[in-house]
Amino acid sequence: MAVKATNKEPYQQAYYPPAPTGWTKYMRTSLIWQSIRFIVINLKMLKLMSKSHH
Amino acid sequence: MSRIVILGAGISGHTAARYLNKWLGKKHEVIVVSPNAKWNWIPSNIWVGVGQMTEEDVTFDLAEVYKKTNATFLQAKGLSINPEGTRENPTPFVTVEYTLPEKAGEKENVEYDYLINATGPKLNFGATEGLGPDHGHTVSVCTAGHAIEANEKLQAVIERMRAGERCTLVVGTGHGMCTCQGAAFEYIYNIDHILRDEGVRDMARIVWISNEYELGDFGMGGVHIKRGGYVTNGKTFAESLMVERGIEWITRAHVKKVEAGLIHYEILDGTFHELEFDFSMLIPPFAGVGLKAFDAAGEDITANVFAPNGFMKVDADYTPRPYAEWSAQDWPRKYQNPTYKNMFAVGIAFAPPHPISKPMQSANGTAINPTPPRTGMPSATMAKAVAQSIRDMVNGAAEPTHTASMAEMGAACVASTGSGMFDGTAATMTVFPVVPDFDAYPEHGRDLGLTTGEIGLAGHWMKYILHHTFIYQAKLKPGWSILPD
Repeated sequence: MAVKATNKEPYQQAYYPPAPTGWTKYMRTSLIWQSIRFIVINLKMLKLMSKSHH
Repeated sequence: MSRIVILGAGISGHTAARYLNKWLGKKHEVIVVSPNAKWNWIPSNIWVGVGQMTEEDVTFDLAEVYKKTNATFLQAKGLSINPEGTRENPTPFVTVEYTLPEKAGEKENVEYDYLINATGPKLNFGATEGLGPDHGHTVSVCTAGHAIEANEKLQAVIERMRAGERCTLVVGTGHGMCTCQGAAFEYIYNIDHILRDEGVRDMARIVWISNEYELGDFGMGGVHIKRGGYVTNGKTFAESLMVERGIEWITRAHVKKVEAGLIHYEILDGTFHELEFDFSMLIPPFAGVGLKAFDAAGEDITANVFAPNGFMKVDADYTPRPYAEWSAQDWPRKYQNPTYKNMFAVGIAFAPPHPISKPMQSANGTAINPTPPRTGMPSATMAKAVAQSIRDMVNGAAEPTHTASMAEMGAACVASTGSGMFDGTAATMTVFPVVPDFDAYPEHGRDLGLTTGEIGLAGHWMKYILHHTFIYQAKLKPGWSILPD
């Protein structure tokens, strides 16, 4: 016998934070997009390090 | 010829030793003192703690590496510092006790011209009854040995879940005054990842417990980043990730006591609670390692040299002030002791002027707020700056020549949220500066162009590459000095 669906309980801890969409989740492990992000993150870190040494 | 003694061979101590050996090692003497025989790339311990790396993957023998240099390695622990020497001999010295098995217990006075205190933390499990792997009921990933034991206990819980038992796993901080939430953050997501791989995630209740006021504080008062057309607090993204992975969270918590399978904690509103667990990894609070200091007459001057928490006083402004009056200028720039100018402290060993996160107290007067992080990239940056200053002072400079204030430097943190070359992810965070500077950046205290965060496979690649790069560099393999610290 199929379990009857119930309403999702509101006002709970898990009710409020934003949830990633399917597209966002896909992009997190998309090889093409993540290769681009890898380059961008590296450049950001190099900039960060160049500003950190005095 | 000058002699530079470095107490500690962790990230900051070993960084200082590498550079001082390179710059001064042929003409001057560098002595490194560490009670540990092995160097440990601590950020990767979380992977040992879930069985995806071995102890050999994250450690190497320090004596073998120092054999390749002009530096002398003493496997010993520092006991005390005599920065004025004695009445008979004014040359300053440190007293060390060997931990090398062949010389265990032997004491020796090691004279120095310059001293770098890079002793790191004492893992203060004793601050919370029942905390820790040695005398308590929780595990730790603070050392490679701890992480091995953590994985053994995790695997035992996985077996129980495979047999159909529902289990509760609790990860976070074991005291109201902990720092290093990032390690626990990584560990909880790696546990989640492993449980999914093992097909038992639905049998597990995973709970985060920490002393942060809100998720994403990380002892830095949280961060604001630009995302989706808004400037948003990191709390939003931290909570989102917890919900996505089905993890519950308890914040503003001071763990008071741990019994077998039961955590007792207090939260900021002054109420007391209990949480049952089958497996728990809680980070301990940190304290100084307990070094003493004596003047030439042999009088104890520990209170002059060290703050009450055991960390060494440096060129910070330690004047007590309310949170609203804290300034970026309070933070040390040279890491030089104000009384003894040839003495420096870097990494966790220096006494911060105050926390970064706003101090909070429960209705019962219990302090519940993260203490400031000063591990990883900042500790290497300050160690290199101090090494540069000492190099120049040895060569005639009157004052330290390089600075590395945490209010003027950035930090990058790559927090693994699951290992795997194609399905792994990590949260990559950058902040600039680590300590907010509301004079320079009035709205949020930080440069929003350099304060960023994102989750993705690229972060995992970064973390994996950093693991191998830093171990390669720490082993002093060819070209190490051109690699970033």
